[in-house]
Amino acid sequence: MDKQTNHTASQSNTMNSIPKTYKNYINGEFPRTESGRYYSVKDPSDKHIANVGLSTRKDIRNAVQVARKAHGAWTDKTAYNRGQIIYRIAEILSGRREQFIHEMVLLGYTKQAAEQEVNACVELIVYFAGWTDKTTQVFGSINPVASNHFNFSRQESIGVVGIICPETPSLLGMLGLLLPNMVAGNSQVLIASHQYPLPSCTFAEVLATSDVPAGIVNIITGIKTDLIPSISQHMDVDLLVGDESLDTNFRNMCELESASNMKRVYFWKSFISLDELNSTPDKTIANCLNSLKDPYHILYVQEVKTTWHPVSE
Amino acid sequence: MSEKKISDQTNPENRKSIPLDWSYAEALENTSHATFNKSYGLFINGSFTNYDENQSFESINPANGEAIYRCTEASESDVDSAVKAARAAFEGEWGNYSGTQRSHYLYRIARMLQERAREFAVLESMDGGKPIRESRDVDIPLAAAYFFYYAGWADKLAFAFPGKHPKPLGVCAQIIPWNFPLLMLAWKIAPALACGNTVVLKPAETTSLTALKFCELLKDIGLPNGVVNIITGAGSTGEYLVQHPDIDKIAFTGSTGVGKSIQRSIAKRQISATFELGGKGAYILFDDAALNEAVEGIVNAIFFNQGHVCCAGSRLLVQEGVADRVIDLLKKRMQHLIIGDPLDKNTDIGAVNSRTQLDTIQRYVDTGIKEGASCYECSGTLPNKGFYFPPTLLTGVSQSSTVVQEEIFGPVLTIQTFRTTEEAIEKANNTPYGLANGIWTDKGSKIFHVGTKLKSGVVWSNTYNKFDPTSPFGGYKESGKGREGGISGLHAYVKLENSGGM
Repeated sequence: MDKQTNHTASQSNTMNSIPKTYKNYINGEFPRTESGRYYSVKDPSDKHIANVGLSTRKDIRNAVQVARKAHGAWTDKTAYNRGQIIYRIAEILSGRREQFIHEMVLLGYTKQAAEQEVNACVELIVYFAGWTDKTTQVFGSINPVASNHFNFSRQESIGVVGIICPETPSLLGMLGLLLPNMVAGNSQVLIASHQYPLPSCTFAEVLATSDVPAGIVNIITGIKTDLIPSISQHMDVDLLVGDESLDTNFRNMCELESASNMKRVYFWKSFISLDELNSTPDKTIANCLNSLKDPYHILYVQEVKTTWHPVSE
Repeated sequence: MSEKKISDQTNPENRKSIPLDWSYAEALENTSHATFNKSYGLFINGSFTNYDENQSFESINPANGEAIYRCTEASESDVDSAVKAARAAFEGEWGNYSGTQRSHYLYRIARMLQERAREFAVLESMDGGKPIRESRDVDIPLAAAYFFYYAGWADKLAFAFPGKHPKPLGVCAQIIPWNFPLLMLAWKIAPALACGNTVVLKPAETTSLTALKFCELLKDIGLPNGVVNIITGAGSTGEYLVQHPDIDKIAFTGSTGVGKSIQRSIAKRQISATFELGGKGAYILFDDAALNEAVEGIVNAIFFNQGHVCCAGSRLLVQEGVADRVIDLLKKRMQHLIIGDPLDKNTDIGAVNSRTQLDTIQRYVDTGIKEGASCYECSGTLPNKGFYFPPTLLTGVSQSSTVVQEEIFGPVLTIQTFRTTEEAIEKANNTPYGLANGIWTDKGSKIFHVGTKLKSGVVWSNTYNKFDPTSPFGGYKESGKGREGGISGLHAYVKLENSGGM
């Protein structure tokens, strides 16, 4: 297995470190894209930071296959267990705080904004970890039907989700789309931001060393014009989730292609602008947390199942 | 019946004296109180437009194939007038009403439907072919119940969405099918109005009558003009409606094929849409189930409403050990089904809704046989006139058979067997649909195990085809998006604004 080292990209600037190769994250492993092609990720001053894989339809297919296979075991876990596994992500991220801050600064964050954002990420993960065993209680129902039946409705995971990350270096924005799906019990294929794939790629290292089972979160890098058609046309993807700021053409493509197998499609706001983060970090992060801490996002990425049973002697 | 009497009859000595002719005398429902016009305009902005013969189509009573009334095929400009009326109402009087005011109108609709229930039941059976027993005992009472249930939500919406402010969407375009005409109308209009929206609704072209009669009732209760607009017509009218630029919401119930084409056609509009589409429900019968009750359940699952039910249990999956016995019991039970005049109170199976649908069902059965299935049909004669199809079993089918994968929408049941619980789950889930499934077993823990694994919006355990306004209904996968009924049903008709402080 091609495990990554803990070195960060920023270390490429120092004499004694070696730069990191950023790869996809599929089934708990870090394979290279099958295309063998790459693109260069630059910092704000247009200096090369890293080569990142240009993934293809084949990579998407592999990831979807893995996600489908992993889904059953994830959704069958108890809500308590899923809550602990998600909470553990926060523990691991917290331990790698400096690594993320380092990388964010490299991408153009001020130190202060980077620190606040990583703190907010930990806070958001803990927040959602707590929802796993509560959504059914808040949104489920026992339905008083007018016949001799016991009838209840509860939320269930939908299955395999394609997540399209916003074009921002913000890890918080990516987590705002990912976490509700993890709480919901879905398994995901996440298309990293094209311009800023590094936070997603590095987050894969957190996932790989956490308790999240392999295949539940898969992360693919590349060009949206290649990857969005593949994910939106895939007949074994049940749901597409993205950020409201996604380019209209891509959004329309998602809506259009979703008809192939009646995928659910949801967009909500998770984009955070780097400029705003740097100029008013307190306010920007507070607003963002306020809008992302929304249990209805979990509800949207689940199905309602209603069960009937007769009541009789 | 007392226990003593039952034991008396099971005594062979006593049985001899019972007459052998078990046929029922004709028991036709009186139709004199159910009146309707020879022709109808469109119901727009609180009144009917003038009927124009040149822009009309006829509706046929499928029980005898005779035309019974004509209605107007709404044109693009008619659709535009209806949407304008709905918009004006939304921005006018109705939009300013409080939840309490809205609830009072909805309660009145429910009450009026109850008062006129028999009349609506008769019309429903005449127009659509369903047995009067079903329209009388299921369709119309349930339609009233949906209005009554959602009436109560109109002034309590804040409690349905903790932490949010629900706001109406605006003008809702609603398209409904022909299998439960008034009931589907209720499923659509009641929650939409409760949440403060206005609607333009198009009934199916073969079953417009109860929707048109419903307009009389709206006039009687004085619902403000434009809140509900009913436009009749076929596919092109439906297309004009979903393509109209000034609608805020689409709610469609119908086939998966049409649902997908609507989804494609609205892709660029970012418009709220919910779909209730086809199904291919499995009826999983385990060997420990009460078999006689389970067989009764099968009859209800697939032969209810001639099988014109999106959630019909159209695939019987029976555990191998009891398969022969179940099929034998089922065949015997089927011989007692009464097929005939929908208006006869004894009728179990009425008329197929249209000639087109009759042909579709026949084509599917032919395909099944061509692919190797064995066919068993109810014996007995069908009425000479009208569209009828006998209850049918197809055995010797495989998971990949066309009749197992595709929705037939008729009284046709495919039968497959299984050995293990896992195999049953696998087979049940192995279609593109996911609307409803049934589980029959005496073991409670198995119900929850299997129920959790089934990918469908509804799971009926030891029962089938039950509906209630408090109970969310809708599909996974290609059976649709969204739910109707219960609190989930309200979600489809609101946008949720943040109230902060969560």
